[in-house]
Amino acid sequence: MLASRALVRGLQSGFWRRVSTSSAAWAAHTHDVDVVDCSVPQYNNRLDTPLPDVPFVRNLSAEQKKLKEKEKGSWTQLTKEEKLALYRLTHELSYAEMRQGSKEWMTVLGGIFIFLGFTGLLVWWQRVYVYGDVPHTLSEEWVAQQTQRMIDMRVNPVHGFSHKWDYEKKQWK
Amino acid sequence: MFRAALQLSVSGARSLTRSRPQYTASVAARSYSHGKQETDEEFDARWVTYFSKPDIDAWELRKGMNTLIGYDLVPEPKILDAALRACRRLNDLASAIRILEAVKDKSGPHKEIYPYVLQELQPTLNELGIPTPEELGIDKA
Repeated sequence: MLASRALVRGLQSGFWRRVSTSSAAWAAHTHDVDVVDCSVPQYNNRLDTPLPDVPFVRNLSAEQKKLKEKEKGSWTQLTKEEKLALYRLTHELSYAEMRQGSKEWMTVLGGIFIFLGFTGLLVWWQRVYVYGDVPHTLSEEWVAQQTQRMIDMRVNPVHGFSHKWDYEKKQWK
Repeated sequence: MFRAALQLSVSGARSLTRSRPQYTASVAARSYSHGKQETDEEFDARWVTYFSKPDIDAWELRKGMNTLIGYDLVPEPKILDAALRACRRLNDLASAIRILEAVKDKSGPHKEIYPYVLQELQPTLNELGIPTPEELGIDKA
């Protein structure tokens, strides 16, 4: 998919569009084959390997073969489109195309947030429908009595709890 | 890791004495504490000889180029000139263009290297009819 789009984008002229995007060329894309033979050298797009082991397009059509013949002569005779077609025969992606990123990260991040949100809904449902009541020792009345007891006991009077209670004015500081 | 650090320090020292972009060619891959270090000139000469072999074959071109790009340096224009001429002998225009792309990519953040290399190679590019990636429009994805 990407390969064909890359090929089509690389060609400006209508005539030479055929040279690199013929069905014979697509059939020869070594990576489109269902069963990849790992025992023979394969084509790869790598920044650190400028010249891959095999050319990208192996089975050349008649036109492509003619172009290859013309390549044996002086390269000054080739048009710009022919030079581009020769490049695309040997290489699937240019360096710029290899380096370009994609917007996939937005999809991934969006998916993460969607699933986190869904999980939040599940947790909320669980809180409402599955959890029982909280212990009675967390009721307001109990906590008020507890707090009063802690103040009376002078819990942490130096820096902590009771330190914040003003015993004269009988209120929090 | 070792090698890169050594090359970095050595080429840094050398760069003080050279007046043109400093990042081309560096010392050899081996860093012995004994024995002679290969000089930049010897390194360049070795590679120019490699690519200048009259009956170089396609495998040797690919192997040489891929190895050269694997080093922590940007090859000197004279090495690239020999490589481009090897492409010509092998009737391989696509590889010639690919080599230019690789040089630009290899320069990394040092954006002044590639224009310098192109400037040095311009006579060869004109003579052989090799287009630059920019001329073909493949420098932009």
